[in-house]
Amino acid sequence: MIDISESVMQFLLALIVVGPLLGAAAALLPAPPGLRGKSPDQAVLRHGVTVTGVILLAAIVLALGFDHDQPSRMQATTDISWIHALDVRIHLGVDGISLPLLVLTALLTFLCALYSYFKMPAGPSPKGFVALLLVLESGTLATFAVLDLVLFFLAFEMVLIPMYFLIARWGGEGRQAAAWKFILYTLLGSVVMLLGLLLIGVKAGTFDMVALATDNGRGLTTSVQVIAVLAIGIGLAVKTPMWPLHSWLPDAHTAAPTVGSVLLAGVLLKMGTYGFVRILLPITPDGMRVFAPYLAAFAVAGIIYGSLACLALARPGNKGDLKRLIAYSSVGHMGFVLLGIATMTPTGVNGALFANVAHGLVTGLLFFLVGAIKDRYGTADLDTLAGATGAALYGRAPRLGALLAFAAVASLGLPGLAGFWGEMLALFGAFEPAEGLSRPAFLTFTAIGAFGTLLTAAYLLLVVRRVCMGGPRPVGETPIADVQGYEFAAWTPLVALTVLAGLWPAVLLGLTDPAVQQLLAGGTR
Amino acid sequence: MTPVASESLVQSVDWLTIAPPTLTAVVALVVLVADLFVPEGRKQLLGWTAVGGLAAALVLLVPLRDGNRSTFCLTADTQVTACSYTADHFTLVIQLLVLGGALLTALLSLTETREKLPAGEFWFLLLSSAAGAALLPASRDLATLVVALEVASLPAFALVGLKRGDRMSGEAALKFFLSSVTATAVTLLGVSFVYAATGTLHLTEIAQRLDDVPGQLQTLAEAGVALTLVGFAFKTAAVPFHFWVPDTYVGAPLPVAAYLSVVGKAVGFTGLILVTVVAFPSYADVWGPALAVLAALTMTAGNVAALRQLSTRAWSAVRLLAWSSVAQAGYLLVPIAAAAYSSDDQIGATVAYALMYAVVNLGAFAVVALVARSHPRNRIEDYRGLYAASPAAALALAFFLLNLAGLPPGIIGLFAKVTVFSSAVDAGLGWLAVIMAVNVVIALYYYLRWTALLFRTPEGAAGKVRHRTPVPITLAIVLTAAAGAVLSGYPQFALRFATDSLF
Repeated sequence: MIDISESVMQFLLALIVVGPLLGAAAALLPAPPGLRGKSPDQAVLRHGVTVTGVILLAAIVLALGFDHDQPSRMQATTDISWIHALDVRIHLGVDGISLPLLVLTALLTFLCALYSYFKMPAGPSPKGFVALLLVLESGTLATFAVLDLVLFFLAFEMVLIPMYFLIARWGGEGRQAAAWKFILYTLLGSVVMLLGLLLIGVKAGTFDMVALATDNGRGLTTSVQVIAVLAIGIGLAVKTPMWPLHSWLPDAHTAAPTVGSVLLAGVLLKMGTYGFVRILLPITPDGMRVFAPYLAAFAVAGIIYGSLACLALARPGNKGDLKRLIAYSSVGHMGFVLLGIATMTPTGVNGALFANVAHGLVTGLLFFLVGAIKDRYGTADLDTLAGATGAALYGRAPRLGALLAFAAVASLGLPGLAGFWGEMLALFGAFEPAEGLSRPAFLTFTAIGAFGTLLTAAYLLLVVRRVCMGGPRPVGETPIADVQGYEFAAWTPLVALTVLAGLWPAVLLGLTDPAVQQLLAGGTR
Repeated sequence: MTPVASESLVQSVDWLTIAPPTLTAVVALVVLVADLFVPEGRKQLLGWTAVGGLAAALVLLVPLRDGNRSTFCLTADTQVTACSYTADHFTLVIQLLVLGGALLTALLSLTETREKLPAGEFWFLLLSSAAGAALLPASRDLATLVVALEVASLPAFALVGLKRGDRMSGEAALKFFLSSVTATAVTLLGVSFVYAATGTLHLTEIAQRLDDVPGQLQTLAEAGVALTLVGFAFKTAAVPFHFWVPDTYVGAPLPVAAYLSVVGKAVGFTGLILVTVVAFPSYADVWGPALAVLAALTMTAGNVAALRQLSTRAWSAVRLLAWSSVAQAGYLLVPIAAAAYSSDDQIGATVAYALMYAVVNLGAFAVVALVARSHPRNRIEDYRGLYAASPAAALALAFFLLNLAGLPPGIIGLFAKVTVFSSAVDAGLGWLAVIMAVNVVIALYYYLRWTALLFRTPEGAAGKVRHRTPVPITLAIVLTAAAGAVLSGYPQFALRFATDSLF
């Protein structure tokens, strides 16, 4: 939109990846004079807000400087040799697929830093918290910006240690076990993924994603591709998470602090689906074609399973935890994303990418809201909250109630809000899958997925009824605070973007579509 | 016999080439003799002499860096060109590792020798062992190889038993001695079989002549190959030759345990590389699968045992490092096994991994030595809240442990693992790569559990007596942490060996 010279763009992208790391190191050092603030804790939290703010600004400028007429071209590319021995290059770049995810990550991390500035989760000193948050940001941003397979793996691994500590140190009940489950599961997945990445690198002779994507699997035999897709797919599926490899997710979400949940759902899960689109689709198309029906089957199983689990949790008397419920709903939503990818058509993949971003916005908002409710009531247990008739949030804290209802209908895919387009396009893609994929099978998946949207609507409306509505409250009950100023500040951008993406999907699809077309066609420009 | 030939019967010795191990040995003798004349109060002087000697030996590697020198060659009239001592790139890297490891061990020992250990003997034994370990990678005939192996091992037995009046130390030394001597005897038997079958001791000659061993000697040659490997597998502490490790490490003085875990291991895998890749390449179908299975067993057994260490048991920190070093030996063996299946040069991956492992494992031992000063029982539980007490040491230990686990921020650890994985994938050893992947996850559990403990709030905030941090130990931690950080930023320093042909 605005003309920025290539070298400035390169610098911006490098800053986005490296900046948070430097910020993390700075957070551990004592504050310099003049930046001490009221107390060391306040100073370091403010430092976190500043650094993530600068990164967000850089991401926005990068998005503005991005040449929107050629979203399929890699822009702001840097390519320097790093480890000659392994042929690993520091190769960075953005295109229409990675740009939205970069901006989303920078935005969510900034909002999380802002939220924690006012509402620091209970736990040890904020110093470590801010440092870990920034390392986490760097790792996720790097995952979306790197174009080298080994570097991708490095970035993928970089988020593990910070997330482990965020859950284990600042989390709620059962945090130790949840943190262990998270890291061991994901690590097992990602080491298997490493084997697949190495197999591709060894057989094709390069780790460069652009070169490999241009090659479109021509340099790899089908059997190599099948093994590679299996290995890499398992790693990515654990992260996404795909049913039945999802079981770490509900525990991690339930135990994590609010900002941990927001980042986990909003950003970390996207690393898995992004890997599918960026690595498996273009580099190993033959292998992907073999596994696509199975992937789609698992995806729709996840949709149904997630919805049914949520329905069970939402029923009265089941002691359902709201955070756990939203975690299961993520399994369902990511099922739609995986279904879209499995169709291997431009429509489906575009839908998947759209649903990715929409899920980041909406579920991020939902976790913020549930975190706020948990802070106010001291519990996220649905039965305790609702009591006999319902929590009556509309009456007690009307703004909070309205926001929760808004997020819930956005999540169930109401047309006009962000959740709608992604799921619709994914189902649409499954209706007519790519050549060589069994159409009857995919028609079945479409039908099951469509049924899943109904179940999704059912449990979300149930949640709204039990939390937002309810009979008159007993006299003398302690009033609860409605939405505070800082909460508005943290949530408004998410609400606005949800509406924007719902009403004007072209702003996202215009970016992703040309890039997806090119990825599926294999670098024919 | 022509006059020319009779002249060349006298070998000309290239002194510069053999300088690094020779200097170490000379300094060892100097220290032993000087011990008699140095008054009790100034024994520290001996320690600093040893440190200086090792540093000088490291400097002497610089003029050899072209890697094209060799000496003690066969004279011209024998029609074959083979040398007993070669300073190629492989030799130089291993000598760097061994001498550097010995130097760091010496730094760790400086305070121990002042307080607990007899100075003169300790420094003599340490330097002799280091000299043997530095000679080993350069040896290119079986006789020199076995001599070097023994020079490296014999002083180590004494080092382990050096804690006077400590029953565990004596027991550890005896255990170590008996199992090691058995292994060496087996190796010698193997060497004699190989000699009988081929009629030569030079590794390159053996490689050629093993191809056309007469039919009736075939079995003899095969048995010789297998038996020779046993001794080196023992030194590497590969399963099933690993039982001596935990007790020996716990019983030995802490710096000696560090020394054994790095230099002792280097001796083992260097010998294995020399005999397998250089001497017995034609028997790759025999030792390749054997080493692959050995690697899988070693890493699994080491990791499972490390996983089962109770953090409240006495000396559990050292025990954990001991078992983890067994597991790491398994990773070191993977590329050697891969070399049997692939024409590409895989050995470099082992060397690169060993460099990383040496730096971070010595670093971890340095922090353990530091903590041992205030917590003599050295339980893992004693590390709870180390970050609150001494943040720098805790951060360093966390960095070392995550390197051993192979997770960022331990980037060099990650890439060293990637290289090893890559060699396995390259050689088509998919099953071994998968077993290793599972092991990496198991290992993460105990490394991360220890790391997480460092940052916990300490139990009972009773005002502890602050122990003074000795300068040499701090220096060792700083050196290893700096080396680890530099390698993480620029892994090429270590990984370049993974692609270059080293021989």
